[in-house]
Amino acid sequence: MAEHIIELQNVTKYYDDNLVIDNVSFYVNKGEFITFLGPSGCGKTTTLRMIAGFDLPTSGKILLNGKDISLLPPNKRPVNTVFQRYALFPHLNVYENIAFGLKCKRVVNTYENDKGEKYSKKEKLSKAEIEKKVKKALALVDLEGFEKRSISTLSGGQQQRVAIARAIVNEPEILLLDEPLGALDLKMRKEMQLELKAMHKRLGITFIYVTHDQEEALTMSDTIVVMADGVVQQIGTPTGIYNEPANTFVADFIGESNIFNGTVVGDKKVKFCGKTFACLDEFENGEPVDVVVRPEDIRMCPPEAGALVGEVISVVFKGIHYEITVQVGKYELVINSTESRNVGEKIGMTIAPDGIHLMKPKYTTNIFDGVITKRNTVKFADGEFDCDVTQLYPGSHIDEEDYLITASGEKIDLTDVPVKVEVGLNDITISDDAEAGGTVGRIISIIYKGDHYRLIVRTEEEEEDFVFATDDLWNENDIVSVMIPKEKIKLTLKNSEEKK
Amino acid sequence: MKIPRFSRKMLCIPYAVFLIFFVILPMLVILFYAFTDKNMHVSFSNFIRFFSDPTKLSTIVYSLVIALITTVACLIIAYPVAYILARSKLKKKFVIVMLFVLPMWINFVLRVNALREIFNLIAISPAMEWLTSANYFKTIVGMVYDFLPFMILPLYTTMLKIDGSLYEASADLGGSAFTTFTRVTIPLSMPGILSGITMVFLPSMTNYVVSDMLGNAKVTIIGKFIYEYFGTDWHMGSMVALVLLAVVFLSTWLSGGFQSEENVRGANL
Repeated sequence: MAEHIIELQNVTKYYDDNLVIDNVSFYVNKGEFITFLGPSGCGKTTTLRMIAGFDLPTSGKILLNGKDISLLPPNKRPVNTVFQRYALFPHLNVYENIAFGLKCKRVVNTYENDKGEKYSKKEKLSKAEIEKKVKKALALVDLEGFEKRSISTLSGGQQQRVAIARAIVNEPEILLLDEPLGALDLKMRKEMQLELKAMHKRLGITFIYVTHDQEEALTMSDTIVVMADGVVQQIGTPTGIYNEPANTFVADFIGESNIFNGTVVGDKKVKFCGKTFACLDEFENGEPVDVVVRPEDIRMCPPEAGALVGEVISVVFKGIHYEITVQVGKYELVINSTESRNVGEKIGMTIAPDGIHLMKPKYTTNIFDGVITKRNTVKFADGEFDCDVTQLYPGSHIDEEDYLITASGEKIDLTDVPVKVEVGLNDITISDDAEAGGTVGRIISIIYKGDHYRLIVRTEEEEEDFVFATDDLWNENDIVSVMIPKEKIKLTLKNSEEKK
Repeated sequence: MKIPRFSRKMLCIPYAVFLIFFVILPMLVILFYAFTDKNMHVSFSNFIRFFSDPTKLSTIVYSLVIALITTVACLIIAYPVAYILARSKLKKKFVIVMLFVLPMWINFVLRVNALREIFNLIAISPAMEWLTSANYFKTIVGMVYDFLPFMILPLYTTMLKIDGSLYEASADLGGSAFTTFTRVTIPLSMPGILSGITMVFLPSMTNYVVSDMLGNAKVTIIGKFIYEYFGTDWHMGSMVALVLLAVVFLSTWLSGGFQSEENVRGANL
């Protein structure tokens, strides 16, 4: 079994009061190329910074070769970082930048004195040694002869190489790369990806790479850690993550996918888009599931032979394949194929069992903690909603002074009573009129599910999430108000003592 | 006849006029007076008289020493303040910066006067009686008090512009806090240090209001000298002014104020 060079154990990080890393645990094998992948703000850079030592975990442990280094300062850790914007020293030239780490280094040399006794001394590296190492590092990044150049005269790609040379010249056990290719243009980026991968092979050290570019992650990594919202969503090999995404987020974030709501209808049988398909995943009969089908896993065939039949509504040429959108009843499917079809053509489609991937849905309902106000409304998630409080006590009604009268005639003041609020996934609507709804939030996620979109709206203050389905297309980061019909808000009392 | 068109170049006419009447002409006048005698004959007598008079030479040395001590004291006080302010994540840090800058907006004579009264008050106590005659000490304290903001501000603005990831890079490469300070912080804040020095050193050589008010008129600095001579002997006064010009030029050149033009840009307020 491979050695764990870095291990994170239940690491949690708060910035002020914001939770950025939520109980993350994983390990990195020695010599591996591992990538943290996720959208911006998912906590991937923070995780990297904690490994480098720039940020300390609020709780949890970081182990390096089995030793706890959680609180060790960065200059004591055998790791080096290639920074996002390189962070080269502007007052030093290329040579001095690369030699910076070597000049800080102290090595223990052993000598023998006249009497034959051995003694050791901590010493600086000699000038000649430093020069030899810098030359070697410069050769590794193809920048021979650039020693005397000033940083400001270098192009982005050259600065990138200097930054890499400055880090690897110290022979770290782990090289950390924080979106190092983000500032380069596409062609340069592709070249550097391959060069970095080759460099990883040649040096044999562990690379930890951070990126939001899924293609980059798939190209370069041995292992990918997919992160979102400060939580690890999935860890696996590029093929594993692509073929067997753990949830709809991963399926949507990595590659393209058709995502549908489905129901299991028997042993390895699932129903979606109105048809039943054979699949390989086992779930309990009748269980609602998320179904993921990659566009390249849908085969086109004559209409009479297809499990699904639909009409082509758009064809886009993508270079090596065509992206064909097909309308099947009210559902839309995307197919990637090397064959083309004409718009308006009727086609049949089949999906092999191994092309259908089932996942337990992450969200089945919305649950919030709320309190009843004196106006008999309910307050939760930064807002206030009209609701029917009589459902808390069967057979009760509201009197003219807004008190609740139970079936047995008891008068109850519900003000400030804590309740559990439950709202179904189909009972929420949103509007861009901020005044229209009970609370206001920002759309943080949109996933297309064939015939509808699944949205997540997060409120600003309490950061409560509303998950729901809608037919309308919205944009991520739109600020919207959330509306819930009075009769769709299900309330239950939180603790039974309140019932009395 | 061709009507001259207004061009952008003409915008500099007001300044050119100013330059001729208030900079170039006075310089020529000073030059003329410095190298003439009372009968307006060309002569080097002022030059010789200046450099053969020990009191005049010692005044120059005293001025230099006072200015030097003031500058070093300002730098020692201002550097940590600027460093902490520039690197702190305080939301209200502007308020703190203002606290240091605000005194600059209060009349300078008033501030020096207030300081003198404070010194007098302290000197009443028998243990602090030595203050009454510690004229040089009081002068330097007054100058530090006056010129401190001129040191803090250029330092602060320079340090504000240092990319925080450079400190991290230094630590990442194995640099201790001390290494980071000497090899990253100081070199990168050098433009601020230089412009701070120029803004404190030069005025503290000539600002005789402070030395007059706090030094019981016992401390004579070069600025006072010039002022006095222009009451009686314009020729000698001009010569002293020229010598001061040479000293300023020399010290600016020594501190590298000329060649690092590009780096200093923006460090001045």
